[in-house]
Amino acid sequence: MDSAASLLQSLAIQRRVLYALLMREIITRFGRENLGVLWLVVEPMIFTLGIATLWTAAGMNHGSAIPIVAFAITGYSSVLMWRNATSRTTPAIEQNKPLLYHRNVQVGDVLLTRIAIEIGGATGSFVILSLFFIFIGWMPGPVDLLQVVLGWLMLAWFGASLAFLMGAASAGSELVERLWHPAAYLLFPMSGAAFMVEWLPTRLQQFVLFLPMVHGVEFMRQGYFGNVVRTHYDLGYMATCCLVLTLAGLFAVREVARRLEF
Amino acid sequence: MLAIEHVSKVYSTRQGRRRVLDDVSFRLDRGRNLGILGRNGAGKSTLIRLISGAEQPTSGRIQRGMSVSWPLAFGGAFQVHLTGLDNLKFVCRVYGVDYKPLVPFVEEFTELGVYFREPVLHYSSGMLTRLAFALSMAIEFDCFLIDEAMVVGDVRFHERCHIELFQKRKDRAFILVTHEAHVIKLYCENACVLHEGRLLPFPNVEAAYDFYQATMSERPNEIEV
Repeated sequence: MDSAASLLQSLAIQRRVLYALLMREIITRFGRENLGVLWLVVEPMIFTLGIATLWTAAGMNHGSAIPIVAFAITGYSSVLMWRNATSRTTPAIEQNKPLLYHRNVQVGDVLLTRIAIEIGGATGSFVILSLFFIFIGWMPGPVDLLQVVLGWLMLAWFGASLAFLMGAASAGSELVERLWHPAAYLLFPMSGAAFMVEWLPTRLQQFVLFLPMVHGVEFMRQGYFGNVVRTHYDLGYMATCCLVLTLAGLFAVREVARRLEF
Repeated sequence: MLAIEHVSKVYSTRQGRRRVLDDVSFRLDRGRNLGILGRNGAGKSTLIRLISGAEQPTSGRIQRGMSVSWPLAFGGAFQVHLTGLDNLKFVCRVYGVDYKPLVPFVEEFTELGVYFREPVLHYSSGMLTRLAFALSMAIEFDCFLIDEAMVVGDVRFHERCHIELFQKRKDRAFILVTHEAHVIKLYCENACVLHEGRLLPFPNVEAAYDFYQATMSERPNEIEV
């Protein structure tokens, strides 16, 4: 009974702290001027629209039956899911160190806050853009909404667990943040956003399928477009990778909290 | 009750590991207070950070049987793009307190006027200290951690801090660290000296004061592990 009560108490503190950090982070980052908090969604929307325009001009669907606007939006939104959160968590601990003077604010809270903002923003952007383009008829609706949602959740899990681990690891060494930026740049063309695995030569397929996010994008796109293109994915593999990242991240955060110096 | 049990803290430096605190132990009961004297670099701020929970000890443990404040008037957690009011809201959210009833007190104490609703970026250092102190008073704790070096201001500010802390909250416990011996004499019922990483107890404040004055003439020692 006692432990249940203290668990509830801990959860209440956790909720309070996350809310406080969320409000602080949003006001700090987006300010109160002009669009304010709306930038959270508008910023990724601008990126996605830019990419959609470029890809449409370049014919990145390679003459397949997949409609180009939907291809670009599903693709680039998935990149936002795994890339942005990590880019924001790698400097997070250093930037928020003074907050840890409040004992209830823990290293993990600081990371979770940034992850929630990025994933929320990317999701909002994806939903708004999809609804808009479906509404004006440039994009078909999803064939299997549930599968799209599930694929999206898998991408969110991957993005969050990667960001959690990288955020903690960056407190251990500056190298993590330095290497992340080139890594993110190089991973982008291989992440399954700009191609379907089916279009690649077989040898290349085997290689890109090592990347967990490729499975998520393929799965989500199958849900969106149905069987107009053959997809390659193994959600079991992706889930295993995410689980390993999650556990490693939790372990790293505990170690960082123990060793953090001011 | 607050119990510090065999706490040590070791930092890695380029010159090797340095033991800043070495097997420090003490207890503080509700409503009591302790002054800790130490000169610059003695490990006073480190000890305060450990007690506040911002940092973890290398070994030993800290048991908090009462609510312990963050270091009094610590302003490092201010986000400069947020206003004074935003920072009050943040602290209140973290500690689960409604901020609205506290606005009049903070406005009155800080004397920020219109600046209370301006970004902290535009504050002078005096304004920052007043805001930091007011936020520390806004949340009620059983035990306050006071790093005297953090509470800098003019005579009037010190008087007002004195009223808030030592008169209105005289039922609370506190730990005060300082390198100024007379401050301890003024406020504390018990005193220790932090010397070469160890916390030395004394039967009364006078004895601690005398020992501290005597050590002031020595050269500081670097402690290697």
